[in-house]
Amino acid sequence: MLGYIVKRLISLAISLIVASVVIFVVVEIAPGDPASFMLGINAQPDTVAALRTELGLDQSKFDRYLSWVGGMLTGDFGTSYTYRTPVAQMIVDRMWVSLPLALFALTLSTLIAFPAGIFAAARRGGPGDLAVTGATQLGVAIPNFWFAMMLVLIFAIQLRWFSAGGFPGWEKGFWGGMKALTLPAIALALPQAAILTRVMRSSLLDILGEDFMRTARAKGLSARQALWRHGLRNALIPVLTIIGLQFAFLLAGAIIIEQVFFLPGLGRLIFQAITQRDLIVVESVVMLLVFAVIMVNFLVDLAYAAVDPRLRTRV
Amino acid sequence: MSLLSIETLSLAIHGTPILKGISLEIAEGEITALTGESGSGKSMTAFATMGLLPKGVTTTGAITFDGENLLSLPEPQMCDLRGREIGMVFQEPMTALNPVQTIGAQVMETILIHKAMAPDRAEKRAREVLGRVGLPPDRFPLSRYPHELSGGQRQRVIIAMAIALRPRLLIADEPTTALDVTTQAQILDLLKRLVKEDGMALMMITHDLAVVSDMAHTLNVMRQGEIVEAGPTSEVLREMRHPYTRQLFEASRHQADLGAARAAAPLLSVRNVSRDYPLPRTSLFGARPMFQAVKNVSFDIKRGERVGLVGESGCGKSTLTRAILGLEPTQGGQITLDGDPVWQDGHANLTVRRKMQVVFQDPYGSFNPRHRVARLITEPFHLLPDPPKGAARDTAIAKALSAVGLKPEDADRHIHAFSGGQRQRIAIARALIIKPDLIVFDEAVSALDVRVRAQILDLMADLSRAYGLTYLFISHDLSVVRSITDRVMVMRAGEIVEDRATAEIYAAPDHPYTRELMNAAPQLPDFPEAQDAPHPAL
Repeated sequence: MLGYIVKRLISLAISLIVASVVIFVVVEIAPGDPASFMLGINAQPDTVAALRTELGLDQSKFDRYLSWVGGMLTGDFGTSYTYRTPVAQMIVDRMWVSLPLALFALTLSTLIAFPAGIFAAARRGGPGDLAVTGATQLGVAIPNFWFAMMLVLIFAIQLRWFSAGGFPGWEKGFWGGMKALTLPAIALALPQAAILTRVMRSSLLDILGEDFMRTARAKGLSARQALWRHGLRNALIPVLTIIGLQFAFLLAGAIIIEQVFFLPGLGRLIFQAITQRDLIVVESVVMLLVFAVIMVNFLVDLAYAAVDPRLRTRV
Repeated sequence: MSLLSIETLSLAIHGTPILKGISLEIAEGEITALTGESGSGKSMTAFATMGLLPKGVTTTGAITFDGENLLSLPEPQMCDLRGREIGMVFQEPMTALNPVQTIGAQVMETILIHKAMAPDRAEKRAREVLGRVGLPPDRFPLSRYPHELSGGQRQRVIIAMAIALRPRLLIADEPTTALDVTTQAQILDLLKRLVKEDGMALMMITHDLAVVSDMAHTLNVMRQGEIVEAGPTSEVLREMRHPYTRQLFEASRHQADLGAARAAAPLLSVRNVSRDYPLPRTSLFGARPMFQAVKNVSFDIKRGERVGLVGESGCGKSTLTRAILGLEPTQGGQITLDGDPVWQDGHANLTVRRKMQVVFQDPYGSFNPRHRVARLITEPFHLLPDPPKGAARDTAIAKALSAVGLKPEDADRHIHAFSGGQRQRIAIARALIIKPDLIVFDEAVSALDVRVRAQILDLMADLSRAYGLTYLFISHDLSVVRSITDRVMVMRAGEIVEDRATAEIYAAPDHPYTRELMNAAPQLPDFPEAQDAPHPAL
């Protein structure tokens, strides 16, 4: 087990180093000089040069990479070119919206997908299964921004249960914040729940055909007992993989939903930073997201080992 | 009165009849065998008794267990009966246990699900019963996982689960088919002992007549959903009233006509070959430990010779085969075919590769289902520098298919249109098409029913006589190897322990391991009629 964790940790570190190099190089290749962009097209060349020096853009690329990585390791993410505020503070502020939103959506999607997937698998080919599979088709097909607008129309404009957008901040109380995140989380969770339901269903169906399920029935377990005691845990591995991928996607990929609901999240931050050539913000946020994805994968790997004893001994 | 009685049981899946009015009786303390080829309905009989039939099955007749008709018993009461009164053991020990639960939890589950005892007593019983099946708790604690056990040990765990509550009837569906001969002998002994000690009834399902010939009290021979012959085992085997029983019996001891042995110049030469595999690291920085799967093995195969390679799983025979085929490099020694090395400059030597072909075990998994037969059997053409095209290609296909007893028109069909035996013929056609010198048969008839197996063995012998082909025949099954080879090599733990002419080795095995294998292999009894069968000179 220890060997397994050490091996995963080494692979985690290597992934992070490779990712940081790739992110740095890609952002450097992107056209547009931040200094000229900030000063506008009429700026004098010496003013631009002075700003470049001030921003550190005149140093060699290697030095700039080292100082960027070194800064991040000490919690200094640099200063935004456009807002002139520390990037770390900007990210922390946005995280307070994006992270709860992602967790909220993931919880919803898991709470929907597990029962729905198990329900459908246990009734393979029956009307219940057809209804669930049909609903998941719809869930995958509906664009989530359209679904989000429908939610706003119904629950915010017609029924006035929720506000149509914006985020009051957690200072005004936990429930106020949760209320503002509810509609966006539902909009985000719907397609994820549909995908996860399908994975849960097909994974369980695979397991139900296994020999050991028949052994369980031969011991005297009912079909339902066999499914819960022997089927579920074995079916969990592919489901965990998808949950890991979905969390990463929800953290970074909520740009459109954040736009629809005017939420100050990470997605909007990175979108604005790109349009303003705020390289240091782009680099830092992307690196942070990569870090989050890799960490989630690491946790998923640990979860695999917890579920499946065969992985603990295989080094 | 008998414990289980099946009366005119008929069974159909979506209208297709599977069982056609079978009747049999099993008394306590008695072993009843159901034998027959695949598709004869023997497993369906077992599942009907367990009440575990697939969806879409309709049944008529009655299965009476201890006075109750199981076919009309509601599911909750069936659940109560399964595991408590009727236990079942399956064919595939590798997959029949839940991989994420400990063996202790799985054995205890049988006891706990029936609320037969409190958890602490159930744990004690689990230890006892594992000890009874030959897994003493000091060496096999309850906390073991299935993947830490071998196939034979896993089968013991499954038997322990089935007998934990001392059921009155045990159903064993091909319990030893997936196991090596020595393990098979141990498991059969265990089953016999349990029947004797507990007075349990055993329904034993097997396709292998030899397995049940000396253990079953009564024998039921099944064919196409009917019991064609039934009675006390010795009587059935002695009289063989039904022609099908006789066919099965003769096919199991079938001897292919190989023609005279031909001694000529060596074709394949294996010199001091070793194969190492890295094992998982034990420490983070130390060198990886190595496992030597093949240890300094040397032998020759002469042109036209038919040689068998026998050994139990894990003995290194598959590893050696891959090295001979040039699929993997060796870590020492050299393999040459006709004087040329099979592995050269870090890759397989193509001029040698086109002189050998291989036929694998699984007639279902070894073909791409989307291709037609013509494309499947011409696959080895990529080995040729100038493969035949157009009419020459069609002629080659027609010739290869005719040689294996199929029709040239079969070239346009897909593989799903063929039975297991026909597929194995197609696999042989694929090997023949580039006119190789050496054909390696890797367990090529192990998955076939006895009668089909006998036909395929005859085909192999015919082809060898007609084309002077050299065979390397790899199998765990001693009787199959005996019928198709001039010479046998016995392999154990990476070494060849005995290498002699087939007739000699079967008459008087030299090495203790060979003797052990022969004693463990189930034997059909000898009857005067059977000895009249043509016995070719080897």
